[in-house]
Amino acid sequence: MSDIRKSLVDIVGERGVSDAPEELWFYSRDPGVLAPHRPDYVVAPQTTEEVQKIVRLANRQKIPVIPMGNGMSLAGLVIPLKGGIVMDMKRMNKILQVNPMARYVVVEGGTSQGALKAYLQKNHPTLRHSIPDAPPATTIAANVSLHGQGRLTNQYGFNSDMVTGLEVVLPTGEICLIGSPSIGPYWISKGPTLPDLSGLFLGWLGCTGIITKVGLKLYPNKKIRDAELFVTDRVDLIPHILYKLTHLEMLEDINVWFQPKPLMFLGNFHITIFFTGDTAEEIEFKRKMIWDTLQEYMDSKDGGFMAIQYMKSVLLEMPGRNIADFADVPKGGGFEYSGPIAPIEHFPQYAAKLVELAAKYNVLYASAARLISGGHAMMFSISFAFNRNDPAMMERVENALDEAMAFALDMGGIPWKPNFKEQKMTLERMEPNARNLLLMIKNNLDPQGIMNPGNWEVNA
Amino acid sequence: MTYVRHIEHENIVHRCFRCGYCRYPSNYSDFNCPSYKAFGWDTFAPGGRMWLTRAWLAGEIETSARFAEIMFSCVACDNCKNQCVFPKFKDFLPDIFQETRAELVGEGRIPPGVRDYFKAIAVNGNPYKLPQSERGAWAAGTGLKPFNNHKYLFYTGCVGSYDEVGQRMAKSVGKMLVDAGLSVGILGSEETCDGNDVRVLGEIGLFTQLAQANVDIFKAKGVREIITLDPHALNTFKKDYPGLGGIFQVRHYSEVLAELIRKKKIKLKTYPAKITYHDPCYLGRHQNIYQAPREILKAVPKAELIEMHRHGPNAFCCGGGGGNFFTDILGTAESSASRVRVREAAETGANILAVSCPNCAKMLSDAVKMEHLEDRMEVLNLAEILERARK
Repeated sequence: MSDIRKSLVDIVGERGVSDAPEELWFYSRDPGVLAPHRPDYVVAPQTTEEVQKIVRLANRQKIPVIPMGNGMSLAGLVIPLKGGIVMDMKRMNKILQVNPMARYVVVEGGTSQGALKAYLQKNHPTLRHSIPDAPPATTIAANVSLHGQGRLTNQYGFNSDMVTGLEVVLPTGEICLIGSPSIGPYWISKGPTLPDLSGLFLGWLGCTGIITKVGLKLYPNKKIRDAELFVTDRVDLIPHILYKLTHLEMLEDINVWFQPKPLMFLGNFHITIFFTGDTAEEIEFKRKMIWDTLQEYMDSKDGGFMAIQYMKSVLLEMPGRNIADFADVPKGGGFEYSGPIAPIEHFPQYAAKLVELAAKYNVLYASAARLISGGHAMMFSISFAFNRNDPAMMERVENALDEAMAFALDMGGIPWKPNFKEQKMTLERMEPNARNLLLMIKNNLDPQGIMNPGNWEVNA
Repeated sequence: MTYVRHIEHENIVHRCFRCGYCRYPSNYSDFNCPSYKAFGWDTFAPGGRMWLTRAWLAGEIETSARFAEIMFSCVACDNCKNQCVFPKFKDFLPDIFQETRAELVGEGRIPPGVRDYFKAIAVNGNPYKLPQSERGAWAAGTGLKPFNNHKYLFYTGCVGSYDEVGQRMAKSVGKMLVDAGLSVGILGSEETCDGNDVRVLGEIGLFTQLAQANVDIFKAKGVREIITLDPHALNTFKKDYPGLGGIFQVRHYSEVLAELIRKKKIKLKTYPAKITYHDPCYLGRHQNIYQAPREILKAVPKAELIEMHRHGPNAFCCGGGGGNFFTDILGTAESSASRVRVREAAETGANILAVSCPNCAKMLSDAVKMEHLEDRMEVLNLAEILERARK
């Protein structure tokens, strides 16, 4: 047994370490199109102290460490680009406390979105968190570390905006509390009114430390959720429709989606409008406000509301179990998307580009944009399905996504959960002093460069 | 020696997205895949198996003890099939895992426990290595007679015939059937292992021999209707035996007891107890029988049925399916399925954990001891509970 393996076994036990070919093969890849790269070890800690010991070992030995949740970014963010130790965090999955009055929860980083949802439904049915559309196995820490979004993002911002405190293990092994828990017992603020140190970790994709605990805001779970689906074939009207809807300041979530298959959806843009209430009267009032707001488009015959009784349960499901259906349209089990954050006024240009890229690269597209913070921006998903048994198709998807990101950056958008290539494109366009600031932070926090290397690598 | 690997459903293995829905119950409250729960690596979840199978078929990973452990630790509980979000191929997930195991059997690279299981059945006719002549010994004192133009054959299976806990279940069920006036007989030393778990573990040749032997003797004896003790037997009799010419009317004993209660052939007095019921995978998810056992328990005056948070189609397996009852690949650690399951049962506050499968009865009885829950909860089969309510 190698010294490294023995040291890891000493920390987490035999059942917490693997260098078997099976685990090394599996943990070398994610479901997206990027090429795999083998780790040297996979470890699965169960406590913050074990994480700390592993990081200290890695630091001494200059071994890369890649923290991993469920590996569902599809962007290769947990592919160990330079080998090292993949740290599967899913055994750190305890829900530690809920403060119902202050509406927050504290969880271990590997807690899954599904487990938190189930826990709240059972123990605190009047509370909810912002559930992403990703599969339920995705973890809370991974989601906030890549600025994930969820069903409450239109109302309250990125899921990372909902963080109320962090516990992190720094690349040098110190355990550090971030925000109000660094001062006292309450997890009520990740930063304000202190200097906001959470930005040293949120959005860094595990390059500056390992998030071991997360405080997360909870929100009222209204008794009734409902949805309306507005359809138009005029893409140019979408920004205006979204602007009017967000002016209502009463909607839970707004998604815009379009796709060529099945054919009944071809040529139309679908705006799913989610709203909630505690009484039927409240729901009907909101429904009336929504209809009144979009009446002018019905009068001009530019759009209308779809009868959606047959699909309502699917629309309201959290997370949406049908999201992955798209992956299997080419009967190949894969899709990947780029999700630039962009102004809603650019929706028509992004939509045109998506269709253009799909035609150019001969791949199947779909898109689902989500409004962020009441319309200050949108996440525009540029999604392409692929057949995992067709390497040429996967290469075409990879090229299409590269071109999509270049377009998004040209349009002034910023990348969401960018892969290592997209990070490079982004850094090349970044204002030099901002880029140097990133470099200073990275070098100071991670002097050995062990944390998820290959990602957010800043060349001075 | 180089093997050319091939499985029947090879053309769809790549369609798994590895999203992970398969490892949960429908409300995502906990991991519902026993091998993932026990081992904690993504490779031991259904998605991991699918991806590794693809890699193995493509020659990207070799056959190894670890690969075999991953494949044979699947307990065939069918949760993944229920929860997978890809309707076009979800039904084939268990088949793919079984076909992969069959390939490993063909290569002769299987875990020692699986090898010993096959060998014991091949040599002795049962995994306990006990004499065939003792197969019907459990029936003494029940009033059950050797099958001779009876209306029903009561088929016991290996666990009911040889295991102490299983025999307890066989005796109580058999006696109750006799007491209710049913015309029912047993094969005793002429009974052969049903082969369900042999098939699931991938030894198709041995399974076919066992099944054919059963079919032949059932036919020779003039059997038309079968009551099984073991849901595993129920499953293979209904799904696999017709393909071998064995077409019989087969019911699980819980269905028969429920009917006897309905017809007032079994009369019950009060039995105050808090009961929670564990759905066996081969009765529930595999055969879609959820109501009959509950109908029985609800018929007991003063008994209260309290459901575990995972029940019905979302029930968590006891860990004894897919041959693990004998091969014990999942082990007995705190995260092993049976221990997790009895802790969940204890959370309901029930003082009886009701079971309807002899494998589950044994697995959960042992787990109750390991979890030191003997003072709080006893594991009883449905007939034992009815027996207490008859007194």
